[in-house]
Amino acid sequence: MLLLPCPHCGPRDAAEFGYVGERVARPDPNAATPQHWRSYLYLRRNPAGWTDELWLHRAGCGRYLAISRNTVTGECRSTPGEAG
Amino acid sequence: MAGPGAVRFRRPSRSRARYSGLGLVRRGVTGSSWPPVWRHHELRDRYDVVVIGGGVHGLATAYYLAAQHGLTDVAVLERGYLGGGASGRNTAIIRSNYLTPEGVRFYDRSVRLYESLAADLNFNVMFSQRGHLTLAHSDSALRTMRWRAEVNKLQGVDSSVIGPSETAELIPLLDVSDEPRFPILGGLWHPPGGIVRHDAVVWGYARAADTAGVHVHQETEVVGIDVAGGKVRGVRTSRGPISTSGVVVCTAGWATTVCDLAGVPLPITTYPLQAAVTEPVRPFLDTVVVSGTLHVYVSQTDRGELVFGAAVDPFPSYSTRGTLEFTEGVAAHVLELMPALAKLRVLRQWAGLCDMTPDFSPIMGVTPVEGFYVDVGWGTYGFKAGPVAGEAMASLVATGKTPELIAPFDLARFTDGRLVGEKGAAAVGH
Repeated sequence: MLLLPCPHCGPRDAAEFGYVGERVARPDPNAATPQHWRSYLYLRRNPAGWTDELWLHRAGCGRYLAISRNTVTGECRSTPGEAG
Repeated sequence: MAGPGAVRFRRPSRSRARYSGLGLVRRGVTGSSWPPVWRHHELRDRYDVVVIGGGVHGLATAYYLAAQHGLTDVAVLERGYLGGGASGRNTAIIRSNYLTPEGVRFYDRSVRLYESLAADLNFNVMFSQRGHLTLAHSDSALRTMRWRAEVNKLQGVDSSVIGPSETAELIPLLDVSDEPRFPILGGLWHPPGGIVRHDAVVWGYARAADTAGVHVHQETEVVGIDVAGGKVRGVRTSRGPISTSGVVVCTAGWATTVCDLAGVPLPITTYPLQAAVTEPVRPFLDTVVVSGTLHVYVSQTDRGELVFGAAVDPFPSYSTRGTLEFTEGVAAHVLELMPALAKLRVLRQWAGLCDMTPDFSPIMGVTPVEGFYVDVGWGTYGFKAGPVAGEAMASLVATGKTPELIAPFDLARFTDGRLVGEKGAAAVGH
């Protein structure tokens, strides 16, 4: 079982959360070329190790959370700052 | 293996023993030992082609390079042991009843290669074409199945929609009443589908590639890929550097980390896919049964164990640990299909890594780096495509031309906006 640190509800079972994805900076839609936009849509770092992600605590507080997670060991920590 | 007292020195022979009934009798009578299935080689400092990944895709690519194109100066590099990754962790299901004509043509070629694989490789891969049944639990699922069946028939693949009574005839233990939450309304019946012994496929390809002159290197990890002037120059491994002008990446689970070494970003996210087997019981299930709605697929092995598979885990990870959530979920879904199995106990469970792409289709072909080819992103259905992917990749590497069969699956489709729509038939992992 994976415990995710929700800053509002405390550590909770990952089953309560929805995985949103890696945190990727959204390019300016008016300035981005189609290639640039598709890179934003599809390309992922997908590291074997620490990665910054967005999760939705859908069965809890309903908020989006920024979480740093190790994809090999399963360690998680809350990332400070606004999740968006 | 013979005990220490029985060890006899045997001169390593270059010619492999051909497996046959007569050879079995001869060795049984004389008690002589079998030669190693593949040999151990020193790592050379250059090869014409380096294949990264010693699973079914990598070994098949190396085998077809040697067997069909005469390229024998080939090394297969495997970080662990052969078939220790996704090739040995899948549920070994073979089928070709996909949704798009491209998908059907591609997997039909794979089924045909599997049909003659034991004879081609002189290795019993135990391919059992027992039939593959996908259950429909809703009118919309039934409608999609009719669509799939017609696309399949048009491509010459045996596939048809059957009703609940025929479904119950095929699998008497199925609950076809209207009791379940998702009642069985019918199914897509695909007689050429079946299961194969996945380890045997890996070993068979490794042995045939070794016989043809390919060097198979286990416990050899790629730690760097040298690229200069837009061309691949070599790979650095845990056993030393290799200079080469051709690299084929055939890894599952680690494709992004390997391709990062060459500076080729991939649209891939890695998810674990879990599976489980039960204790062995008497044979009662002689087809592969799949439910897309319940995300479960069941088959019975020759040993009598039931093999259960499901959908990928709900979030990406490189961990191959099993979870209780999976066991509970898969047990509940299997019991919904076959309530009579309630007393059966799960023996073990495991996970393999699946490289998922945005359109649930693989990535095969050239990359922006010249001489650096990928055969990755196989999601949850890479094993069944091993032979055809190996054949196509070998053709690409040997001739420099992308075979028509794999042209729709190139890496550039993600930058050009030409995604392949196979999600309907490939999103469920089986």
